[in-house]
Amino acid sequence: MSADRALRDPLDDLSREQVEAALAACQGRPGPLLQVLHEVQNRLGYVPPAAIPLIAEVLNLSRADVHGVVTFYHHFRQAPIGRHVIQLCQAEACRSMHCEKLTEHAQRKLGVELHGTTPDGRYTLEPVYCLGNCACSPAVMIDGELHGRVTPDSFDALIAPLS
Amino acid sequence: MNIKVYVPRDATALSLGAERVATAIDREARRRGLRVQLVRNGSRGLFWLEPLIEVATAEGRHAYGPVTVQDIPSLFDAGFLDGKPHPLHLGLTEEIKELKSQQRLTFARVGIIDPVSVDDYVAHGGYAGLKRALAMSPAEIVDAVTQSGLRGRGGAAFPTGIKWKTVLDQPPQQKYVTCNADEGDSGTFADRMLMEGDPLMLIEGMTIAGIAVGAMQGYIYLRAEYPHAHRALNEAIASARAAGYLGSNILGSGKQFELEVRLGAGAYICGEETSMLESLEGKRGEVRVRPPLPAIKGLFGRPTIVNNVISLASVPVILAKGADFYKDFGTGKSRGTIPLQLAGNIKHGGLFERAFGLTLRELIYDYGVGAASGREIRAVQVGGPLGAYIPASQFDTAIDYEALSAIGALLGHGGVVVFDDTVDMAGMARYAMEFCAKESCGKCTPCRIGSTRGVELMDRVLANVDRERNLQLVEELCDTLLHGSLCGLGGMTPFPVQSALKYFPEDFRKTVQ
Repeated sequence: MSADRALRDPLDDLSREQVEAALAACQGRPGPLLQVLHEVQNRLGYVPPAAIPLIAEVLNLSRADVHGVVTFYHHFRQAPIGRHVIQLCQAEACRSMHCEKLTEHAQRKLGVELHGTTPDGRYTLEPVYCLGNCACSPAVMIDGELHGRVTPDSFDALIAPLS
Repeated sequence: MNIKVYVPRDATALSLGAERVATAIDREARRRGLRVQLVRNGSRGLFWLEPLIEVATAEGRHAYGPVTVQDIPSLFDAGFLDGKPHPLHLGLTEEIKELKSQQRLTFARVGIIDPVSVDDYVAHGGYAGLKRALAMSPAEIVDAVTQSGLRGRGGAAFPTGIKWKTVLDQPPQQKYVTCNADEGDSGTFADRMLMEGDPLMLIEGMTIAGIAVGAMQGYIYLRAEYPHAHRALNEAIASARAAGYLGSNILGSGKQFELEVRLGAGAYICGEETSMLESLEGKRGEVRVRPPLPAIKGLFGRPTIVNNVISLASVPVILAKGADFYKDFGTGKSRGTIPLQLAGNIKHGGLFERAFGLTLRELIYDYGVGAASGREIRAVQVGGPLGAYIPASQFDTAIDYEALSAIGALLGHGGVVVFDDTVDMAGMARYAMEFCAKESCGKCTPCRIGSTRGVELMDRVLANVDRERNLQLVEELCDTLLHGSLCGLGGMTPFPVQSALKYFPEDFRKTVQ
C-alpha cells in the first residue's frame, strides 16, 4: 500500500477499536505519546496514518505533532508489515564480521530490499543499528528473537520454518 | 532435594541457543526421573563459552560450555549434576581464568543470582546500600558518591556526585531520576547485561538517587531493541515493589519512590541526555540547547538526574562499602572499575570488568585471544560509532579516560570493536558519516547537512574523483562539525573519520577497480 493511499483510507472499525484501547492503556500518564504509538504498533503492526487524527484529538496535540513523532523514530512504521520481521544489524561490530555480505545474501534469498516487504506479505526486511549482541556478530533479530554469529547458511535455516 | 542448574536468560546466551538447552535439560531430567531446578540467571559475560550452564554442588558451581542440545544426554550420562568430568567441563566457574582475573564490583552478582528474585539479591549483599542510605542525610549520600570519584559511565565521564548535588540544591519540588538505558553504541552491551542479569542493582541505585535528591519518580529510558531487558526490568520492578523496596513507604522509612520503564523507538540520538528527556516527554528526540542544565530544568521542566545504567548501578556498592573502597580501584582521575566490552572480530568476546588501567593489548590479546578470523588485528574502535579508530601501534595505551584522551581517542561507554586486516578504513569513515546522516535529529545545520555532504565527499574520494581536493574538503567539513554542532553526534562524528584518515591514509588512496 502506498503512503498516499494509506492516508486516504479511513480507519476500519477493528483498527479504531485497537487505537482506542491503546489510548486507554496509557491514560493518565504524563507525556504518553511514544507509549501510545508503541501500543498501537504492537496491536496493529504499524501506525496507520489514519489513526493520527484520533490520537491527536485524545492527547490534545496537533496532528502535525503526532505525525512529527511518528516519522522521527525509525521504529514506527506507517505501512502494514509482513508476517515476519527480520532485522539485520548494520553497525560497526557486525561490519567487522562482514554483515554486508549477510545482508546481500538475505536480500537475494528473500527477493526484497532492506525496508521492503515481500509481495506475498511473508517477510519484512529491516536494517537495525545494534542489537547489543556485538561479541557474537553478525546479529539478526527475527520476530523479536535474537540470533548470533549468523552465516548465510544458518540464516537460511532460521527462515526455513517460518510460514 | 532439587539440584540447581543455571541456564542464562541473557539475550546473547539466548541468541546462541540457551532457551533450547534449558528446555532439553528439563525434558531429559524428567525422562530420567531426576529432580532438577532450573534457574535462569544472567550471563557471566564469557560469550565464547555460551550457552554456559552451571550446576550447584557442595564444592561450588561447576561450569559446562558451550553447550548445545545434542550435548544434553551425554552430560547427564557423565554425571554433570554432580560436577563430574565431560569434554565441555570447565571446572569450578569461579576458577575460570578470565573470570577470576576480573574485579567485579558492578557485575558482582551478574550470572550468579536469579535476576528477578529479591530474596536472591538480598542474600548476595543486595540492598545493603539502600539500608545505609536510609540512615544518612541527603547531603551525606551525595557526598559519598562525590568522594567515590564515580564519573558518568555513559560516555561523557562527568562526575556523578556533582550532577546529584546540583539537583539536591534546587528548592523542593517535583524532581526526577532518569536512567539513560538507550545503549546505542555498537560494541556495547554492559547496560543490557546488567539489566538482564542484575536489574535490582539498577533499581536500588535509582532508589538511592531519589532519596538523595528528593525525587519520588524515576524513569528508565530503555531502547526498543532490548526486549529481553524490558521483560527482566519489569519483572524486577514488580518484585521490588511487592517486597516493599519501591512504593510509598520504602522499608517503613516513610520515603517514597516509584519507577517506570519507558521504551525508546530506535533513535540513536536519544542517548544524548536532552534528546532523551524530550523523548521521555513523548516528543521528537531533538536535542535541547544547554543551559539550562537538565539538573536544573530537565524532565517536564523539573530538576532531573540523568545517569547511565552503569553509573546508577555503581551506587549501591559505593554506599554499602564506602566511597574509599570504590575509590581504591583505578588510576589517576579514573576511579573505580569499568566493565569493558570486547566485540566485533574477536575470538573471545565478552564483558570484562576491571579497574581502570588495563592496556588495550591486554584486553584484546589476553582476554580476547586475537581476531575471530585468525588474521592480524589492524584497528580497534573504542567508544562506539563516535569513537576514534586506534591502530595496532597504540595498543599499549592504558584504558582510562585521560590516557585515551591523550592519544585523541575516548573511552565512551567502554566498548571495544576489533577489526582484522580485511577492514576497509575508508569504507568505515564513509559509514561514520552515513550513520550521522541517518541519526541526526536535524536541529543544527552542521550535523544535519554536513553529514550528508560528508557521505557525498567520501563517495567521490572512493571513486577517485578529484581525490586530494575532496579529502581536503572532508578535513574542513570535520572541523565544521567538530566546532559547530549542538551535541556530541555531530561534534564527534569527525573522530572516527579523522582517525581513519590519520592512521590509515593508504585506504583512502586505493586504485579504483
